[in-house]
Amino acid sequence: MSWWLVVSLAVGAYGFKALGVVALGGRQLPTVVQQCLVLIPAALLGALITKDTFTTAQDFSVDARLAGLLVAVGATWKKAPLVLVIVLGVGATALARALG
Amino acid sequence: MKKCGSIPADVRQIVGSALAISVAVGVFAVSFGVVSVASGASVMQTCALSLFVFTGASQFSAVSVIGAGGSVASALGGSLLLAARNSVYGLSLAPTLQGSLGKRLLAAHFVIDETTALASAHDDLRLRRWAFWSCAICLYVFWNIGTLIGALVGNSIDPETYGLDAAFPVVFTAMIVPHLRTRNGRRAALFGAIASASLAPFLPIGLPILVATLGILFGVSPSKSGAEIK
Repeated sequence: MSWWLVVSLAVGAYGFKALGVVALGGRQLPTVVQQCLVLIPAALLGALITKDTFTTAQDFSVDARLAGLLVAVGATWKKAPLVLVIVLGVGATALARALG
Repeated sequence: MKKCGSIPADVRQIVGSALAISVAVGVFAVSFGVVSVASGASVMQTCALSLFVFTGASQFSAVSVIGAGGSVASALGGSLLLAARNSVYGLSLAPTLQGSLGKRLLAAHFVIDETTALASAHDDLRLRRWAFWSCAICLYVFWNIGTLIGALVGNSIDPETYGLDAAFPVVFTAMIVPHLRTRNGRRAALFGAIASASLAPFLPIGLPILVATLGILFGVSPSKSGAEIK
């Protein structure tokens, strides 16, 4: 990994945090802008979930990671704590891979 | 003997929940450390990410794109887009974090999901401050210790044998839940998921994720926003 990525990410992430607290402190963004900004995690995390489950580099693939995802969705559905969701999801993938 | 009653009960309760969240997040940080080194970052870089970027989803996203072979630009793009929500948190926390410029600049580093959630759970300004700062300090300590442990462990095992490559979708699944409470959140998530999977074979790695961000345009729909059904 390039150090450029680490440094630009640190600067950029801090910039966004400080923008709200320090630069814009007290003022308000237009409602529609705020509505769009708060939707970023939903759209991006949705995209990351399918990317990290179904693709390897640019290729579409279905493998043991799917077992992990399904178990994680089930555990999240049952309101399992974060740590348990990770352990179960990762464990299911390891198991599926060992058996497969 | 001095009674611990010198600390008010409500403050003690807040610090307690900040600690509980932080312990869980510490374990979460271990998984970040492991997948980060597995994706090609060094132990130093992994620790630098947690110390200086300090916003989990962005860190996971960056190493996920790099690990898959994506470019620095696309890793940075997706990761910064995820960090943009912290500016909205900052707006809502600004009245709580008033003070000297130096203090506000310091506080800004800790404006993330957990501190915002914990601080905004209280109406009283004093308790909001306690919640923000206790969560900020505990979380920062546990997040960074967890990262270091994970990075050291990750250096000495084969992540795929232990299913740790699945830590990415698993972690993102747990993270997305609070964002699915609104109808627009669910629409944006579905759009993102479909766009990312269907565009993956045709675009450079990391780019489909940026395209998926167009899902935020569901937020423009004016009619539903007022009377949103949960």
